[in-house]
Amino acid sequence: MVPFAGWEMPVQYEGVIAEHNAVRRAAGIFDVSHMGEIETTGPAALELLQRLLSNDVSKLAVGGAQYSVLCREDGGVLDDCFTYRLGPQRYLTVTNAANHEQDLGWFIAHRDTNDVEIKGCAADYAMLAVQGPLAREIVQAIANAPLPDRMRVEQRVIDGFDALVCGTGYTGEDGVELLLAPADAPAVWDALVLRGATPAGLAARDTLRTEVCYHLYGNDLSTDHGPIEAGLGWCCKEDTGFIGSDAVRGARENPPAQRLVPFRLTERGVARPGDSVIGGGQVTSGTFSPSLQVGIGMAYLPREKSTLGSAFEIDVRGKVRAAVVAERPLYRRTDPAPR
Amino acid sequence: MAEASYPPELLYHPEHDWARIDGDLATFGITWHAQDALGDVVYFDPPALGAQLSQNEPYTEVESVKAVSDVYAPLSGEVVEVNERLADKPELVNEDPYGDGWMVKIRIADAAEAGGLLDRDAYVAALGE
Repeated sequence: MVPFAGWEMPVQYEGVIAEHNAVRRAAGIFDVSHMGEIETTGPAALELLQRLLSNDVSKLAVGGAQYSVLCREDGGVLDDCFTYRLGPQRYLTVTNAANHEQDLGWFIAHRDTNDVEIKGCAADYAMLAVQGPLAREIVQAIANAPLPDRMRVEQRVIDGFDALVCGTGYTGEDGVELLLAPADAPAVWDALVLRGATPAGLAARDTLRTEVCYHLYGNDLSTDHGPIEAGLGWCCKEDTGFIGSDAVRGARENPPAQRLVPFRLTERGVARPGDSVIGGGQVTSGTFSPSLQVGIGMAYLPREKSTLGSAFEIDVRGKVRAAVVAERPLYRRTDPAPR
Repeated sequence: MAEASYPPELLYHPEHDWARIDGDLATFGITWHAQDALGDVVYFDPPALGAQLSQNEPYTEVESVKAVSDVYAPLSGEVVEVNERLADKPELVNEDPYGDGWMVKIRIADAAEAGGLLDRDAYVAALGE
């Protein structure tokens, strides 16, 4: 266990490679209760979220899920989050633990009408992510009704406990994330482990998400970089007029000097976050890929060096390691899910 | 992964390395605590045969999924053998840190240096601090 943003975090149980492989081949369960939640409700909820979130929130149907970033006026990324529309005027936004209080303050600071209520509810929810080709089967076996599809959210009863079931995840595998009362989470965890979900820690979560090039706030995303540099232009809809949209529009028209790209090493070794790219640029995520058996990661590179297949070098603790800009995602399932 | 253990017949270095002395030769590796803290080891680059190691100095690195760490020489001496199996099976460092996961054998340069190492109880006590 290690401390993080006021939480004691499970880094690994059995071992990162075993846990990683369990998620890729069968199912793993992660305790991600450190994630924060903000509820936005009322007739003006959509209008406020449309200003705060980069995506087009008006396109989010009841029961839907949407990824977006939260930007400052200058386009610097304050957080990345999933928002679920739970009712016509009720939205739940899941924040990163380290940013939650700041995000909540940002939401409240931009509330300019009594027609919207904002409630920080990080303490009201535990969050369990069940991920992998067998994840849905395992959760379905103790659910009262069919689970929601990918990018959908539904209220369900899981093992006798109320839970919001979200068809989302951070591993590149199919699966669900369960938001439930903290008091109920241990029993649901035990029931899912009993049915074959392998407990997986945050170390495995990091290798899994890096293989599929999902951003980690604090590494790949920060106020120093805009969403266009970070490769998140797809979740920015400037026509909604969100805070930062002018900066994002500008970056789209005049591409920034750097771009975040996935890479793999072409020799032995593992680049780590903070390692310098020789000639300019920096590694923001870097680990050993248990699926690919090589060092992989993401790095901000000078735009002219960021094209697919470009070779570059990284200073890894004083040793020069050769790398290549690779395709996103770095890992893609090739075999059908085991039955 | 092996259970926590610290064999009494070994000598320990505070940087979480062990030495097994056998005449004028010594075998080195990393302790159970070190492999547990690192997690799954993925690369081990052995020093060259004939390399001169100096006590308390790093002689190589061991890389896990999560982190990379220097490996310190508990004693000074010349490398006479390296564990070739670790090139293909670095996980032996996790599975059997005092047996098949050994790293190098050296010819001891100065037997008196062993006096500066910890016995099992002293090492385990240091871990608890």
